[in-house]
Amino acid sequence: MRQVFVPIFAMIIFLLFWEGLVWVNDWPNYKMASPSDLWPAFWRFKGLFLTFGWETLWRTIVGLLIAIAVGVLFGMVMGFSKVMREGLYPLLVGFNAIPKATVVPIVALMFVGQHDLNTVLIAFMISFFPIAVSVSIGLSTLEPEYRDILRSLGASQLTIFWKIALPKTLPEFFGALKVAVTLAFIGTNLMEIVSPHGRGLGALFDSGKTNADYPLMFAVLIALAVLGIALYYVVVVLEKIFAGWAERSTD
Amino acid sequence: MKILNDNDLIVIDGVSHTFNTNSGSLPVLDRLSLSVPENGFSAIVGPSGCGKSTVTRLVAGLLKPDEGSVWFQGEKVTSPRSTVGMAFQNPVLLEWRSIIKNVLLPLEIVPNDLSASDRESRANDLLKLVGLSGFEDKRPSELSGGMRQRASLCRALVHRPEVLILDEPFGALDAFTREDLWLTMHRLREEEPFTGVLITHDLREAIFLADQVIVLSGRPATVQYNQSMPQQGPRSLDQLYKPEANEMLNILREQIRIARKGEEPAA
Ligand SMILES: Nc1ncnc2c1ncn2[C@@H]1O[C@H](COP(=O)(O)OP(=O)(O)O)[C@@H](O)[C@H]1O
Ligand SMILES: [Mg+2]
Repeated sequence: MRQVFVPIFAMIIFLLFWEGLVWVNDWPNYKMASPSDLWPAFWRFKGLFLTFGWETLWRTIVGLLIAIAVGVLFGMVMGFSKVMREGLYPLLVGFNAIPKATVVPIVALMFVGQHDLNTVLIAFMISFFPIAVSVSIGLSTLEPEYRDILRSLGASQLTIFWKIALPKTLPEFFGALKVAVTLAFIGTNLMEIVSPHGRGLGALFDSGKTNADYPLMFAVLIALAVLGIALYYVVVVLEKIFAGWAERSTD
Repeated sequence: MKILNDNDLIVIDGVSHTFNTNSGSLPVLDRLSLSVPENGFSAIVGPSGCGKSTVTRLVAGLLKPDEGSVWFQGEKVTSPRSTVGMAFQNPVLLEWRSIIKNVLLPLEIVPNDLSASDRESRANDLLKLVGLSGFEDKRPSELSGGMRQRASLCRALVHRPEVLILDEPFGALDAFTREDLWLTMHRLREEEPFTGVLITHDLREAIFLADQVIVLSGRPATVQYNQSMPQQGPRSLDQLYKPEANEMLNILREQIRIARKGEEPAA
């Protein structure tokens, strides 16, 4: 119960504080919309919020799934082979260091008009790095004793991976996935905002900007936050199921 | 020196081994020969880094010697064989498994025709023997260091290996816990037939547990000294505090001193 009420209570305090701040300073809408302005904005565009929200969500999830597949693959290669790690790591770091905002127009030009592909691609590119790093660290820090015990029993590399390396890496993996979820949303929205005639919440934000509909822009931000929170907690639940053993019980 | 004897289970015959490291080649073993009789218990002591763990990896078939050969029941060891159980200083239990599931791990890998309930009763028997009854369903993180090491011993023995390899298994435990585990080891030896190879840096532990104590020289290691214990099999802790035991300790301490003298100075 407490786990539900405390966050909701915190949310209400936050909204009240926000409303009060705007009211006290008497800020106009273009400076800062207040929560009470947002609801009408949601209501006016409720259809678009639903369809575009879905658009943003599935693109983000697909991008994330690809990031997981590619990230785990890279992580495994780097985790098991020192040579591959030495070779790939600088490449990945360099790739990750490039601000994705600069990649967005390039990708947009590469696949003109293919909004879905573009968006998923950016979501993937921005979010796979932490996954790859976490899996490779998880695997390369596997205590050599595990390997000796299992190999001395005649276990194959695959058995060692399934029985020990993979489960042992799950806590690190989920830690990275939480970061990746947020990053993937950023990626999706970067592309949606930049793509002309795009769809998704990013496009809705852009149209708010074009039409100087400031409450709409803030409403989009809130919608994004809600989606982000939802997806984040999906990961938290999965983590509890698959890597709950790693939690230090504090109570 | 070639040791060949009918009741020897493990024979290491003139083994030399060199590792290639970043800083060049590192000769670790130099024409090392030793043997462990079936159901015997041999302790190997020597300066740290002299190659003791390398010897255990050779016996387990995890490593092939450059020169010489390792024999197991008259057969040459060329690859890992599941007739070996291993336990290390780090008990490396799988945190996501309960204690009994940890103990059962080898039975999931080694081919066997035990039913699920047979396996469990086997694991339960062992856990009982080491005093872990009632902890079957606990997570490793809920156990003390000594208890984890007990669980690790059970895992090493659950598939009834012929050789139990212990690489400094009690090194991280406090003195009292260690003495408890020594007694547990003797109990296990009485109940479970196995041949033991114990690596240790604790000379008391060596003379209390082993039938034979082998002192290795500094790297590259060879057998420098081999001492048979006057008493074989189980013994009581009191004996450790008798003058004979002290005499034995002094002899071994002197041998270790000699072994360390031959060590290359630390770089
Ligand atoms: N796989 C390996 N590659 C390179 N050097 C190794 C390897 N394994 C052990 N060594 C080196 O060989 C020496 C002996 O190691 P080890 O047998 O573990 O010693 P001990 O167990 O007696 O302390 C050490 O100097 C160690 O660094
Ligand atoms: Mg060692």
